Amino acid sequence: MTTPKSEEMTYPAEHSEHTGEVERRAADGDPIPDPGLHEPPPRYTDVDPSANKRAERQVVGMFTLASVFIVASIVAYVLFEIEPSEGVSNVGDVQVSNFALGITLGLALLLIGIGAVHWSRSLMTSPEFAEKRKPLTSSEDVRQDTLASFNTGAHETGFGRRKMIRNSMFGALALLPLPAVVLLRDLGPLPGDSKEHTVWDEGVRLLSDVTYEPIRAADVDLGQLINVMPETFRELPEHGPERLNERAKSPVMLVRMLPEELSPAQGRENWHIDGIIAYSKICTHTGCPISLYERTTHHMLCPCHQSTFDLADNGKVIFGPATRNLPQLPLAVDDQGYLIAQSDFTEPVGPTYWERGTR
Amino acid sequence: MSSTTPPDVSASRNTAIRGAGKVVGFVDERITSSNWLKRNLRKIFPDHWSFLLGEIALFSLILIILSGVFLTFWFKPSMAHITYEGAYVPMRGIAMSEAYASTLELSFEVRGGLLMRQVHHWSTLVFIAAMSAHMLRVFFTGAFRKPRELNWLVGLTLLVLGVANGFTGYSLPDDLLSGTGLRIIEGGILAIPVVGTYLSYFIFGGEYPGEDIITRLYAIHILLVPGLIVALVTVHLMILWYQKHTQWPGSGKSEKNVVGYPFFPIYMTKAGGFMFIVFGFILLMSATVQINPVWLYGPYDPSQVTAGVQPDWYIGFLDGGLRLMPPWEISIFGYNIPLSVLIPAMILPGVILTLLAVYPWIEQKVTGDKREHHILDRPRNMPVRTSLGVAFIVFYIVLWIAGGNDFFATVLEIPVNWVSRFLQFSLILMPPIAFWITKRICLGLQRREREKVLHGRESGMIVVSPEGEFTERHEPLDPHEAYELVAHERPVVREPEPATDPNGVPNPNYKKSLRRARLSHFYFADVIDKPTRDELERVHHHHEEIAPSSNGETPQHGASDDQGGQHH
Ligand code: HEM
Ligand code: FES
Repeated sequence: MTTPKSEEMTYPAEHSEHTGEVERRAADGDPIPDPGLHEPPPRYTDVDPSANKRAERQVVGMFTLASVFIVASIVAYVLFEIEPSEGVSNVGDVQVSNFALGITLGLALLLIGIGAVHWSRSLMTSPEFAEKRKPLTSSEDVRQDTLASFNTGAHETGFGRRKMIRNSMFGALALLPLPAVVLLRDLGPLPGDSKEHTVWDEGVRLLSDVTYEPIRAADVDLGQLINVMPETFRELPEHGPERLNERAKSPVMLVRMLPEELSPAQGRENWHIDGIIAYSKICTHTGCPISLYERTTHHMLCPCHQSTFDLADNGKVIFGPATRNLPQLPLAVDDQGYLIAQSDFTEPVGPTYWERGTR
Repeated sequence: MSSTTPPDVSASRNTAIRGAGKVVGFVDERITSSNWLKRNLRKIFPDHWSFLLGEIALFSLILIILSGVFLTFWFKPSMAHITYEGAYVPMRGIAMSEAYASTLELSFEVRGGLLMRQVHHWSTLVFIAAMSAHMLRVFFTGAFRKPRELNWLVGLTLLVLGVANGFTGYSLPDDLLSGTGLRIIEGGILAIPVVGTYLSYFIFGGEYPGEDIITRLYAIHILLVPGLIVALVTVHLMILWYQKHTQWPGSGKSEKNVVGYPFFPIYMTKAGGFMFIVFGFILLMSATVQINPVWLYGPYDPSQVTAGVQPDWYIGFLDGGLRLMPPWEISIFGYNIPLSVLIPAMILPGVILTLLAVYPWIEQKVTGDKREHHILDRPRNMPVRTSLGVAFIVFYIVLWIAGGNDFFATVLEIPVNWVSRFLQFSLILMPPIAFWITKRICLGLQRREREKVLHGRESGMIVVSPEGEFTERHEPLDPHEAYELVAHERPVVREPEPATDPNGVPNPNYKKSLRRARLSHFYFADVIDKPTRDELERVHHHHEEIAPSSNGETPQHGASDDQGGQHH
């Protein structure tokens, strides 16, 4: 049995800042001296030849069974088709195929693994060794030599003397990252005032988000909540990002409560139509679409972090991390009785951003 | 068994061995490989279950990469809008992005595609969990001490990269859940002072969500971050290999040796086998437990949301922070800093990571110890470090629970506001309580071990002395066991330097040394010291007087330092 050669290195004396402690420790004496490596008791496979044979058979058995499962996985691949037949969902087929493939492959891998570990634990014969550690610090000589080499090289460049070369080089290198940043400029347009506007505008009809039909004020029931998009949304190109971006900005929820339940802030007295009132659906916290309405209290809960807004009281935050009220969409009715917007939102919708209050 | 001599390779009748010999010869004649192999083939690796955690991380990473490559063959990282006509009938005719449609294709039209998706996701969860557990084991055992600070930093970076890549991957299918996650990230970016709005427009290619983000995340997810991870794992393992592994204290083990089994064949077979076990386990999970069934969520629509769905576990604590934060916001001249988003989304993770990164150096300041350490600490012997770790875990868990506060409110049938309030207080109060309790437990364990070393193990046998006194008979410890309990160093509580020197001149270092002494007291003042030799001898002497039979004989041979290489 080969024993790892002990490295012919001496270990440097312990370099403690406070050598006093090392001495004290030595003086106290550690209570129990090291009794030396523990010889583990022999394994049953070392002493009992039949146990040894049995372990061998077990390892062989596991590797063989693994082969069987590998073949089985190929069979499963061929056997369990997932072709969809017309109009019938193939979810069931997919799940069967997934299960069959996964179980066979999983068991094959598991058996190879357990077999290998079993082999090494009960049959391989390496005993425990103690190997010396090499000191990680290089010797003082080597360090000095390295430093000397560096000094020589630095001297040969004349780096210290030729200040002009050095400084002009640093100047050029310092500028070099700039083009890298500038090249990224076209990643996106500048925000401009795009965050301040939506496609809501004076006279834009409110469409139900489900039917895309305009909504007649008289048809909104008490306590009802309707998700709404602006009519102008339909004019946006079908392809391209505009529609998606507008869906992230313009959604509105419409609710109806008794007019006397409302307590509109100053200047908002005529923003509702007989208790029908509209707010942005985009949470002012981090922008989730708000969705959970409690009719009796008129509280609106955001499912993301539970900011709660009081729709009867100007969309005020009454709980949670949101810092701003929900923006309200001023409503009117056109001559055919359909709900329309008086204007765009009067403040930006969605999460707070740095420049928000300056616009 | 040590009598068998190793076979001579060139004369071997075994073709495999002769073949291996030829290959080794070919390579050696070109790059002198035997030089390196000779030193490393039989390199010693210590064995302990807690050393497997890092391996689990490594093996799940391999599986992540393998399954991920499979997925790239079908996935289309495009947000172009199409109308679905594929195999999943309930979605036919619905408008969606190509990314989402190709994820449906992978799930429903590619045999094994769903399996690979689930393997990819499950191994990610295992990867990050294993890294976290590995990191905790490194922390609690002091394996981050000199000379392993570099690997501590590399490891921490790996954890961050792992989480980051998990998140970008989660966003790729462009389903309703992943979109909601992205939206919250956008809210976080917008909260950054001065540049937030611009950053958001550059990242998303304009207004949120735009049409670019999936394509961009894809490049980051399959190339940039995995490249960094693989490079850093390589560095991590090379450093580990060079420095040699740490080991638990015990008889025959010292700071100057490493005790264990040779890399070839024992460690290699065991670790290789363990790799297949990890693979098999993840495959069985993926076969039986569904994960991220995107077809149930529908394509992303920024005006829709589903309630009560949780993000992947490693994002939970960030979400929890967002939920617990009070609604604070600063406005100066119309410029806004939404602290309620900025603190949990940016500042908190930044502070946590910075503290973790500098911890090895903090402890070095406290102990003033610049020596190398290769013997691990048993957590109880470093009560304050252990308690700090537990306090951090509790802090993390409270945040994590907060990430599911609506779930707990539903389960407990109480308003979600109550849960949030309770957790807000818990976040501040629980970590100190956890610190205090853990420290008591550690000190209690230390005290018990001290007793055990001094008096031996309680035998459960009661003896009655001639005077009628009842005492429990103590049995001497086995010397190996006893040594393990006292193998650690005595902690050193540092005292401040004198304020003035003998001539009354003020000491310029006084303030600094006072601060260090305070920290040192915080860490070590309460530690229960192991017995000294004197104490032990006195106790033995006393025992011999009353019960001569319980003489704990301690053999005096074989100090560990001259163990190296001459065992057997
Ligand atoms: C991709 C992720 C990672 C992989 C694949 C990985 C792999 C490993 C492996 C296999 C070991 C040796 C066995 C062991 O002690 O567990 C190791 C050691 C080590 N790891 Fe990691 N690790 C990862 C992440 C981390 C993290 C998150 C940290 C902590 C911040 C860390 C810090 C260390 C340190 C300090 C060592 C040396 C410890 C010793 O020798 O006992 N690693 N790593
Ligand atoms: S996004 Fe609505 S509470 Fe956070």
